[in-house]
Amino acid sequence: MQPETAVVKVSAGAQPAAAEADTKMLINGVSVYYKAFRAIKEIDLPVYENRVTAFIGPSGCGKSTLLRSLNRMNDLIPGARLEGEVLLDGENIYAPGQDVVDIRRRVGMVFQRPNPFPMSVYDNVAFGLRLLGLRKKSVMDEIVERSLRAAALWEHVKDNLGQSGMALSGGQQQRLCIARAIAVEPEVILMDEPTSALDPVATLTIEDLIQTLKEKFTIVIVTHNMQQAARVSDFTAFLSMDDDRAGYLVEYGPTMELFTNPRKKLTEDYITGRFG
Amino acid sequence: MNATQTSWRRRLTYYFKHGDVLWWALITLSALVAVVLVLWIGWQVWVQSAESRHAFGWAFVSPWAKPAWNPALDKFQAWPAIYGSLITALIALILAVPLALGIAVFLSELAPPWLRGPLNYMVEMLAAIPSVVYGLWGIYVFLPLVVVPVGKALEPLGGLPVVGELFQGPTPASGFTRLGAALVLVIMILPTIAAVSRDVLQAIPRSQREAAMALGATRWETVWKVLLPYGQSGILGAVILGFGRAIGETMAVTMVIGNSAGGGYSILKPGYTMASIIANEFAEAVSDLHTSALMEIGLVLFVITLLLNALARWLVVNRTIKRA
Amino acid sequence: MPTESVYAHVNLESNYRRRKILNAVMLSLTGLTVLVAVVPLVWITVYVVIKGGKYINWALFARLPAPMGAPGGGVLHAIEGTAVMVTLASVIAIPLALLGAFYLLARPNTSLAHGLRFSTDMLAGTPSIVIGLFGYAVIVVVQKHFSAFAGGIVLAIIMLPVVLRSAEEMLKLVPAEMREGALALGSPEWHAALKVVLPAAMEGIVTGVMLGIARAVGETAPLLFTALGNDNYEIGKIVRSGIRHHQSVGKILGQIFAQPADALPLTLWKYAQQPYQERVQQAWAVAFVLMLFALGINILARARLAYRRRKLYG
Repeated sequence: MQPETAVVKVSAGAQPAAAEADTKMLINGVSVYYKAFRAIKEIDLPVYENRVTAFIGPSGCGKSTLLRSLNRMNDLIPGARLEGEVLLDGENIYAPGQDVVDIRRRVGMVFQRPNPFPMSVYDNVAFGLRLLGLRKKSVMDEIVERSLRAAALWEHVKDNLGQSGMALSGGQQQRLCIARAIAVEPEVILMDEPTSALDPVATLTIEDLIQTLKEKFTIVIVTHNMQQAARVSDFTAFLSMDDDRAGYLVEYGPTMELFTNPRKKLTEDYITGRFG
Repeated sequence: MNATQTSWRRRLTYYFKHGDVLWWALITLSALVAVVLVLWIGWQVWVQSAESRHAFGWAFVSPWAKPAWNPALDKFQAWPAIYGSLITALIALILAVPLALGIAVFLSELAPPWLRGPLNYMVEMLAAIPSVVYGLWGIYVFLPLVVVPVGKALEPLGGLPVVGELFQGPTPASGFTRLGAALVLVIMILPTIAAVSRDVLQAIPRSQREAAMALGATRWETVWKVLLPYGQSGILGAVILGFGRAIGETMAVTMVIGNSAGGGYSILKPGYTMASIIANEFAEAVSDLHTSALMEIGLVLFVITLLLNALARWLVVNRTIKRA
Repeated sequence: MPTESVYAHVNLESNYRRRKILNAVMLSLTGLTVLVAVVPLVWITVYVVIKGGKYINWALFARLPAPMGAPGGGVLHAIEGTAVMVTLASVIAIPLALLGAFYLLARPNTSLAHGLRFSTDMLAGTPSIVIGLFGYAVIVVVQKHFSAFAGGIVLAIIMLPVVLRSAEEMLKLVPAEMREGALALGSPEWHAALKVVLPAAMEGIVTGVMLGIARAVGETAPLLFTALGNDNYEIGKIVRSGIRHHQSVGKILGQIFAQPADALPLTLWKYAQQPYQERVQQAWAVAFVLMLFALGINILARARLAYRRRKLYG
């Protein structure tokens, strides 16, 4: 049950996939507290570059909390506090003097429910670019198109970029949010149950999209759907809730291995549906 | 026949034993009261102003008609009072809106939780102080200490073309001016606009804030580029509500505006508002036509505030709170 | 299409610097607006407390006004007038507001319910001076005299929307299962409302009533030409004379309401601009009383509300 051993074992066992990939982020002994309550405790995990890492586990196990600690979104919650460190390219993003605006630019995020701004499709995608001070219309147009193409939305909206982002269907809205996130060219994209509010067809589109996106980005996805984790991810971390209701890491490894040959009884119970 | 009669009787006993018929009648009638009152108020000011409406027609409220308010000659024209209401409310809005939005943003987005409670209290308290107390404080403290110096400082603007008309001095030493009324109104409508805007901001889903922050927006960019545009119709509603308050506010304004029916557009001169002219003259109206003219001003006031409030309500409730 | 990075076109460092400065400046300005709002509140409160507190004395609460320009005297007439009119307003407005709120609870989506909510908001937004005109037209003109009765009625119209809105909110907070449970047990609608829902919402409703009363006590404009004002308003005298003439209780009550009456804010208004120093001093003392009353009730009411919310939502 020692997380450190889990990582050691995994890094040993995950060689085939990990060997070719660099470590993009490293979660190092991270615990997150909401006031006195400890939501997750002492988690150690690597996130490999250009790979999809999935966090799975029963609801309330802190997988979203862990995800949100990767771009300091938990800072927005009053009373939230983090112990340990999260390294991005070897640098602790929680170190004093770190610029949270820059971190969030480098580590983008897609949320559970599509949350486009109530403005046009174009303005949604251009939002982050305008923040960065991009003025040139031609460059803006180009990047907006490129982002929408990458999010597999261009064909649907190219004739009417002025329509409201809120007028799109749920799946299209989520792809718009992905386009918005990738427009500023982040290095990592965090996805917090990105398909939980979508129908099966839209879900598949997003899953396909994730496969193409990982060529350019590092992706971390939280999902409550084990099949989804198995389908889209290269590495999986299984979290569970301890007796004190704090989430902890049960097992981490290459997805194939974790699903076919789990080392922990709890993991096996969970993926076979006997628990959670 | 007999059977129906018994069942009819039984039903009646049933209803009355349980009392629900009476209860329904009671609550339905009570629900009707507010509806009837609004209609009745409108009807009364309409009927009571008939004499004035017939005597003066549309010229009564026209900005282009010759201003006249002479009870001795039974000549009445309401434009100076309407202008007084509009200009004081407008100045109050221009000053209060940025302040109120700042307060709303601070209360909803920035204040740490321990500070939020006390500040919310403060906003409510500002609204709770009776109007006459503002008036009294206005006469003896605010006018001499703030309004007179501000008025004097504005006098040089009187030389400007067009807008110079608004700043014709000299400011009376007492400070009784339209400017004084406007500045007191700023304090009085601040809580209304701030509180409604705060509610509008708080009704915006958290996911909007997160979306902006996750793209690397700063706090201010989140407020300015996402939250304020998202809540714009609700905030517009709050502003209109504040405008309605300012136009309807009576006592404090009556106490500081100087109550003069004189014409002219300068904010550095005493004047009247619609509410203050009624408050000041109605009880001592010298003729039926005078009473009727004041009633017509009441009618104008009622219609304006009704429209403003209905619009504000629609903007706040339907466009913002429900969508969120 | 040549895909060039956005970062080839922006200067990240200067962009960050500019945005951070803007952020700091604007957030500070936002904080500043709050300070600007605190200033008048503190200024008024402290000034009125110090200035008004000086002139508070026993006679203020126990005596009728002294003749113009003479020292001494008090505002007993106004205290009694306010008490009489606010009592009348409460007796009329509170039951009406509660029953209306019960209608909204039982039939939230009928056109009458929408009409009622709309009218309540419109009534709350109607300038109180217009409500005064209305009171003059339908009561004073008909009865041909100003009276405490007319004043009480217009204050009731002022109170009605305040109490109704908060009562509706409070009734809605009561879990629907409570009412439905009672109805399912065969209890009639009125019984469920009065014996189950009302007690559960009582605390919150009392708060709304307190706010309504605070509002009515501070109102001046609608009383200007309904209650008019009356320096000699004295309930004790009316009652004593009634007893002397062996009048019935109803008759005595009738006289209390039939006379023109004064009210504290009305007195403040009249005294504020009189050339006699004693009167101006009394105006400050009345302002002191009115302000403390309004602030006290509001603080108490908000505290109760916050307490109740915390209890409900944990």
